[in-house]
Amino acid sequence: MAFYLLFFSGLLGGMLGGMGMGGGTLLIPMLTLFLGVSQPVAQGVNLLSFLPMSVLALAVHKKRGLLHTQGLPMLILPALVFSAAGAFFASRLPALVLKKGFGLLLILLSVFPFSLAFRKKSEKP
Amino acid sequence: MKRGKSGNLVTVAGGAFLGTINGLLGGGGGMLAVPLLQAGGLSPKSAHATAIAVILPASAVSGIVYLFGGLVPFGVLVPVALGVFLGGFLGAKLLGVLPVRAVSLLFGVLMLAAGWRMLL
Repeated sequence: MAFYLLFFSGLLGGMLGGMGMGGGTLLIPMLTLFLGVSQPVAQGVNLLSFLPMSVLALAVHKKRGLLHTQGLPMLILPALVFSAAGAFFASRLPALVLKKGFGLLLILLSVFPFSLAFRKKSEKP
Repeated sequence: MKRGKSGNLVTVAGGAFLGTINGLLGGGGGMLAVPLLQAGGLSPKSAHATAIAVILPASAVSGIVYLFGGLVPFGVLVPVALGVFLGGFLGAKLLGVLPVRAVSLLFGVLMLAAGWRMLL
């Protein structure tokens, strides 16, 4: 039973990700609020569970010539280093702090889908 | 993307910031990467594609840190990962089918509701 619930959560999260919405942002609350997964575990699962799909998506995008590679290492390297550092600290912070932090992040990030929902028709998609 | 010293600084700082959020909170990096790349002059499609190229290695490395910290039980990871993989296919198919505004609005509302619930 738990397997199917977890699978379904991943399915919803993956669908949102596949639509370019940012899938992990709802996967974590689904896992923590409905499936009783602790925040740090939900975070770790989120990071790893999207990898296979991302590899595939990236290959497709590259083939279609959608990747802009100029200056990319300057973005990837700091992101990589600080992401590892962030993960290191996450394991040492109380789960409640991470949960509240993530909640705050969700509220702040919601500005992006809202702006997309209310953009003027004259703007290019 | 932006050239010149100030552009490089913004790029590096932006990468550091979204990397920190991605690692510390286990997600959200992609949602920060897309607008950052668009601000750097990329088209929305290119920004979404390139964001994956940025988030993928960052998430892989930080995910491994979580894994080594004993925070990723396979009993949770495997079903979720399988679901995500299938969901990704479905989502990509739905992209041209569902209305962007409605889905975005729903997504925004859900994010607010979930965020509120988690914060308080």
